[in-house]
Amino acid sequence: MAQTTSPATEAGAGCPDGPGGPDGPGGVDGPGGVDGADNAARSTARDPADSGETDVVGLGKWRASAFVAPALVLVAIFLVFPALWTLYIGITNYRLTGIAARVPEFVGFDNYVRAVGDANFLNSLYLTLIFVLFSAVIGQNGLGFALAWRLQDVRGWVRRLVESLVLLAWILPSSIVAFLWIALLDRDSGTLNALLGTPGLAWLIEYPMVSIIIFNIWRGTAFSMLLYSAALASVPPSQLETATLVGASRWQTLRDVIFPHVRGHVLTNTLLISLWTFNDFTPFLITAGGPDGRTETLPVYIYNTAITGGQMGYGAAVSLIMLLINLVIAIFYLRLLRERR
Amino acid sequence: MHRSVRAIALGSVLALTATACLGSDPAEEADPVRNADATEVSLTIAANAVSGGKNAEEADWIENYVIPTFIEQQAEDGVTVTIEFQSSGVDDEEYKSRIALDLRTGSGADIVSVDGIWVGEFAEAGYIQPLTDVVGGDLVDGWEGWEQINDAVQANMSFNDERYGIPAGSDGRVLFFNKELFAQAGLPEDWQPTSWEEVLEAGRALQSIEGVTPIQLNAGTAMGEATVMQGALPLLVGTGAEIYGEDELWQGNTQNIRDVLALYEEIYSTGLGDPTLQQEAQGRDKSFAEFAAGQIGILMEGDYFWRSVIEPTAGVAPMPNRDEAVGYAMVPAMEPGSGINEQDFVSMSGGGGRVLNPATEFPQQAWELLAFMNSAEATKELVGDGARLTQREDVNSEILSSDPLLSFIAEEVVPLSAYRPGLAVYPEISLALQQATLDVVTGTTPEDAAAAYQTAIEQVLGGADDIASD
Repeated sequence: MAQTTSPATEAGAGCPDGPGGPDGPGGVDGPGGVDGADNAARSTARDPADSGETDVVGLGKWRASAFVAPALVLVAIFLVFPALWTLYIGITNYRLTGIAARVPEFVGFDNYVRAVGDANFLNSLYLTLIFVLFSAVIGQNGLGFALAWRLQDVRGWVRRLVESLVLLAWILPSSIVAFLWIALLDRDSGTLNALLGTPGLAWLIEYPMVSIIIFNIWRGTAFSMLLYSAALASVPPSQLETATLVGASRWQTLRDVIFPHVRGHVLTNTLLISLWTFNDFTPFLITAGGPDGRTETLPVYIYNTAITGGQMGYGAAVSLIMLLINLVIAIFYLRLLRERR
Repeated sequence: MHRSVRAIALGSVLALTATACLGSDPAEEADPVRNADATEVSLTIAANAVSGGKNAEEADWIENYVIPTFIEQQAEDGVTVTIEFQSSGVDDEEYKSRIALDLRTGSGADIVSVDGIWVGEFAEAGYIQPLTDVVGGDLVDGWEGWEQINDAVQANMSFNDERYGIPAGSDGRVLFFNKELFAQAGLPEDWQPTSWEEVLEAGRALQSIEGVTPIQLNAGTAMGEATVMQGALPLLVGTGAEIYGEDELWQGNTQNIRDVLALYEEIYSTGLGDPTLQQEAQGRDKSFAEFAAGQIGILMEGDYFWRSVIEPTAGVAPMPNRDEAVGYAMVPAMEPGSGINEQDFVSMSGGGGRVLNPATEFPQQAWELLAFMNSAEATKELVGDGARLTQREDVNSEILSSDPLLSFIAEEVVPLSAYRPGLAVYPEISLALQQATLDVVTGTTPEDAAAAYQTAIEQVLGGADDIASD
């Protein structure tokens, strides 16, 4: 989480993890691989003709290898190996208990075939996309930008108070936050029902998706707000003054002066929060995927089938599908970013 | 390019080498006498019990009685023992995956509490082994406690006719009801329904009281095994069928299953039950709290509810006036005589127990501790002043008279009880049945829910060959 202070002009640069912390089960780590490819692509673009001597430091091939070896070993142990391991488990019928735990059998692509034809999986995928779209892409982005935009001229205690409250939602531990939201939304003695005068309304049963979407907006807006605050501060004041002088409206200023400056930030931010939200497990703490699977996003689905249901092989297969979807999302945003250059 | 090719090659080699690691290795035999003469012994006990929370009396018993007493006994023999208690207070499903992962990796506690229906799947996975393999045949078979433990109770902790652990008691299902609400609705204090219809009639009478849910019949997947054990299965045996019959067929889309689901529909579509509660993540705990607060009229549960939930002082939802305010009745069959073995009343029994971790460093000492925990003396200490159907008949006969519910269950209910099949596939069948009740509670017809249930268990069993349907 050290990236909050970086200007983040390069997409996903050095961002291994999200505000929520945990990746989805199965060690999904989408952006990492793509970063590498992207950087490599750009460095070749920078000096395309330079195919011969590139050893500017003068280390020599072997010594250079020795320097990067520890890093490569770590990557192999903690990234490549788990990924391949997941791939391997995904083609077996391995289970947490029973005979298939002792002698798992090779089942080829059965798990994948089953997943794409499984109504529960497709439902989870649909819910996950809804969750990402409304809570991250629209909710956190919109609210984060609105707060940053509104607060840029505000100084003093108002700004500190708003920022503190938003940040507090972000830094509290998930389990505590989940407890607070369960208490807030409880049917019988919940705070929300008391405030609205709607006794007996079970929010988590009647409006489960809406509840966790609003929860996630509340939870994750701080990151977008911080990032956009920094981005807005980087817009040259001279250009803003010029806009004011020529009589541009606030909306015109936003569209024609500010947005071109922060476009990269918007894409970077959207990429990061999309991936984090896609892999976010916190809703499980509030609804456990229920009622009847109506908040069972993919990470929760994997947990429920692989860990609680014991179907490790199938869970691994779904994890891999999830990893691929992560990659697709990442590539989509990175392409958008590159179009700008 | 070269580097990535090499990385993929290296990774593939690693994955292939690791292939041998997936699955547990049955070849590794436990050595029963390792560390048998050690003078410094450390043991760990794991149970889904926590002081001040779930199964508090068991947790307190382990911490305040078992551990200090055993340490003292061993000290007399010159052995220094340290015992750690790993307590948990979570849903049974969570606890199960936790200990499965522990046992799988060869770690975890030396003595582990498990539910009887997990024994089959854990044994098949190689996570637990027969006691004779872990400890040694003569020692285990010679234990004085076996002849005090009923065969049906021993079967709870056995698989393929081998003992994997020592059972920790048994239980039975009854209908608990709130006598104060019954009095308000004009219902008798010594209520004993003889058919499902009579339960529904009592529910309808209770409906007239403001703010009261007449019947709590567990449903849905959020309650896990509690849905089938205190819901679908006692009803099913009341229709005359067991989930896995003597013909070795599972109940699929049969008239019996549809009858059970129709009762769910009747209760949850007419306001006799609270459909929302069944779907809440904490629904079961909430139903306990509501019963204790006098907001639920009738609730099907095991004796666990009586001694651990509404127990006046140590319960999780204590009812100070439990003994006066709470009545209990046998679970009726659908019609008189329609139950299994043409019974008028039915029940399901289960029960957990404790197994030894095959990876224990001190198999002999762990067995000694396990045997001590199941001695008559320790069992009596656990029961204390409370009520509990223990595994030991010598203890039961001594304490039977002290609690009316305990003797009621031991004498009237347990003889009528049916047991779940100890097969590894059972939890998945159970899950499908939970889903069927959830479907009905949320508005699906019993016919459609039963059909979906049939499809689900066909997938689990790999075809319809082992399924009865009509």
